[in-house]
Amino acid sequence: MFQKSPYIETFTRYFLGFWAVFTGFIFPLIIFLILFYESRLAIQKFGFLQFLTSTSWDPVRESFGALPMIAGTLISTFIAIIIAAPISIGIAIFITELAPSWLKGFVITCVELLAAIPSIIYGMWGFLILAEVMRNKVEPFLQTVLGPIPLIGKLFSGVPTGVDVLTTSLVLSIMIIPFMASVVKDAFNLVPSVMKESAYGLGATKWEVIKDVVIPYTASGIAGGLILSTGRALGETMAVAFLAGNVPQIPKSLLEPFTTITVALANQFTEADTPLYLSSLFYLSLILFIISFIILILAKLMVLRLEKRWKK
Amino acid sequence: MQERNIEIEVRNLNFYYGKEKALKNINLKVFKKKVTALIGPSGCGKTTLLRCLNRMHDLYVGNKYEGEIIFEGKNILDKNIDLIDLRSKIGMVFQKPTPFPMSIFDNVAYGLKLKGVKGTELKDRVEKALKDAALWDEVKDRLKESAFSLSGGQQQRLCIARAIAVEPKVILFDEPTSALDPISTAKIEDLIVQLKLKVTIVIVTHNMQQAARISDYTAFMYLGELIEVGPTEKIFTNPEKKLTEDYITGRFG
Amino acid sequence: MEKIRQLKRKFLNKLMLFLSLLAALYGLFWLFWILGVLCFNGFKYLSIELFTQDAGPPGLNIGGLRHAFVGHLIITILSTIIGIPIGLFAGIYYAEYGRNSKFFYVLKNITDVMVSTPSIIMGAVMYALLVIPLKHFNALAGALALAMLMVPVICVTTYEMLILVPFTLREAAYALGAYKWQIIKDIVLRSAKVGILTGIILGVARISGETAPLLFTAFSNNYLSFDIFKPMASLTVTIFNYTMSPYEYWHNQAWAASFCLTFFILILSLIAKFLIHYGNIFKNKR
Repeated sequence: MFQKSPYIETFTRYFLGFWAVFTGFIFPLIIFLILFYESRLAIQKFGFLQFLTSTSWDPVRESFGALPMIAGTLISTFIAIIIAAPISIGIAIFITELAPSWLKGFVITCVELLAAIPSIIYGMWGFLILAEVMRNKVEPFLQTVLGPIPLIGKLFSGVPTGVDVLTTSLVLSIMIIPFMASVVKDAFNLVPSVMKESAYGLGATKWEVIKDVVIPYTASGIAGGLILSTGRALGETMAVAFLAGNVPQIPKSLLEPFTTITVALANQFTEADTPLYLSSLFYLSLILFIISFIILILAKLMVLRLEKRWKK
Repeated sequence: MQERNIEIEVRNLNFYYGKEKALKNINLKVFKKKVTALIGPSGCGKTTLLRCLNRMHDLYVGNKYEGEIIFEGKNILDKNIDLIDLRSKIGMVFQKPTPFPMSIFDNVAYGLKLKGVKGTELKDRVEKALKDAALWDEVKDRLKESAFSLSGGQQQRLCIARAIAVEPKVILFDEPTSALDPISTAKIEDLIVQLKLKVTIVIVTHNMQQAARISDYTAFMYLGELIEVGPTEKIFTNPEKKLTEDYITGRFG
Repeated sequence: MEKIRQLKRKFLNKLMLFLSLLAALYGLFWLFWILGVLCFNGFKYLSIELFTQDAGPPGLNIGGLRHAFVGHLIITILSTIIGIPIGLFAGIYYAEYGRNSKFFYVLKNITDVMVSTPSIIMGAVMYALLVIPLKHFNALAGALALAMLMVPVICVTTYEMLILVPFTLREAAYALGAYKWQIIKDIVLRSAKVGILTGIILGVARISGETAPLLFTAFSNNYLSFDIFKPMASLTVTIFNYTMSPYEYWHNQAWAASFCLTFFILILSLIAKFLIHYGNIFKNKR
């Protein structure tokens, strides 16, 4: 046994090393190359700019443009983040600064429960339950109340179906909240007590301590968490597949059906009957992969750079 | 007579942490079956020197040795030295007790199992090591229990038993009692005095009284240099260098 | 003036804290609504047939989801067999060999990015790699797509747990003359085993809820099948199909299946939490 050890040592190093290189380099590279390879027909036919800016997605006439999908992805994600960010920060404030200890654990568990629910459940519940409520009660209500207001009113025009930008973004925001709230909560917990105590010692109110000490101190963590949540939201498929409506158009109102990249992929991969159709779907996948990769790297760089600045 | 009794000889040792020169031209003789203490203020390089003796620095990137350390007729700083073999001959006990996540028996047995010792020989050597570490009576009925069930002082003695079990020629102690209470400290000091009958010992300590109590030779270091070395009694009562005298009398450090 | 200013500040403070309470209530509201409906409907439509019968013809109120439960189990087990070891190996390397290297630092960060990459992309890749060549949907493609999701997750959690092991423990083993592989096997992995196990359980919980990667890889199957080279039903895709269908019987079955799935995932998460709390107590027995 003793004599075999040096050989096991070398073997272990190379074996583990191979899988490390595979996971961090070969694997992402394979994904990119395969997506790129399968997109080649569509890239040849539609090029780069044209595909990104064309709004016609017509399988019959074999003309594919990705703008509705990209726009839908960006719009729904953006609205979801706008709703989720303040709520997540509010929840984190509640957990770390407000809740008595018996309530803290309960709320934290609830947040974790929300995170553990699979996205298909969100989609199904959204489709069978929430969409009905939105269609019958909430959206007509919003229309009557906000419709008359000049600019905002336009956002609520159209026939309420419940399957639209509003419902989708709402459910998406609910899905993001647990993750973002956890990130912000963990960041808040990193603030040293002495910092907060110094502010209290000067007579600051709780809110002022949060606003002037805690949030600036954790700004990098919060920003990173926000960008990370954006990255995850744009890749969300199932909840959106149920609730978007799968109509390849750029929505002009919150109550219109639309589509996103993930919705298009989820619904049309099995329907693609021509090589160009399939290749266009792969082209979409490639774009999604690149966008999410860039955003996630940005999130990482931001957190790392700001962390370095604070550590000095 | 002196030459035959040298266990380790450090010759013109320079050591670099990256660009920083941490040890400057160290020359030191460590004698067999004696306790040599390395003392000096924080940052003087005593732990750095200790960790050269079993090439612990090799675990980290950017370290460089210059010079020679002669052990068993060879320069152990040479690139061709088998480190695995070296470290089974020169053992180390650290500042904080480091019990492995295993039973008491398995902890002591670990070094032996690495060498292929099995069966009754294994059991006998574990028992012997625990006896030599003055821990046997306290643990003989619970060898299968987790090492974490022992107190801090007992854990440190376990680490010593673990180091003794492989029957090294030298044991290096890096401030072994600084994390322990006075009673455990006393027990371990007694242990070291007993051990030197069998093993050469080099101990780093920031506690001068400890060095005075248990060591045969003392080396005083300051800012990476070996200022003075000699029999302990001489260093503490009649040091040759003023710097040594200042340190001993507590004028700094 | 001073008094007014103070009153303003106090009011603002109370207001903001009240808003944060509202935020917490907002979150709880959705949680209770979703879980409430899930439990109510799920329980209502739970039945033995769900587990003992395969799919019935559409429109008729008969049939169960046995094929989906079994298929889901097979796909999940297959993906964990492939995904867990690879993730472990990579995580161990990053933590034990790669910490000093810029190259592996970059690789580790790329792996972090892969954790949050859209899961449907794995499905698309496996479609190209396995479905097109085999000319039909197959469960193996689905399992591999899920494995592709698991690997970065397991890798990152393993890494995080391993770097928590204090370096002095490793040094003590080196000082005895151990090889690196022995130290990893006997000391480091042992110390971190609770954390690593927790990571694995959470990874399994996560992929058992995935749907997108299976949509066009394993696809679906109305019959009970054990053939991994053919399409196979999974709980999640079946829930999707049934919900989108116009048949109320299938909607009901979708609720019941969702309930079972969510229940299973929550149990796994609970086990993981339990391990984190009590596993450490076993370690530090005093």
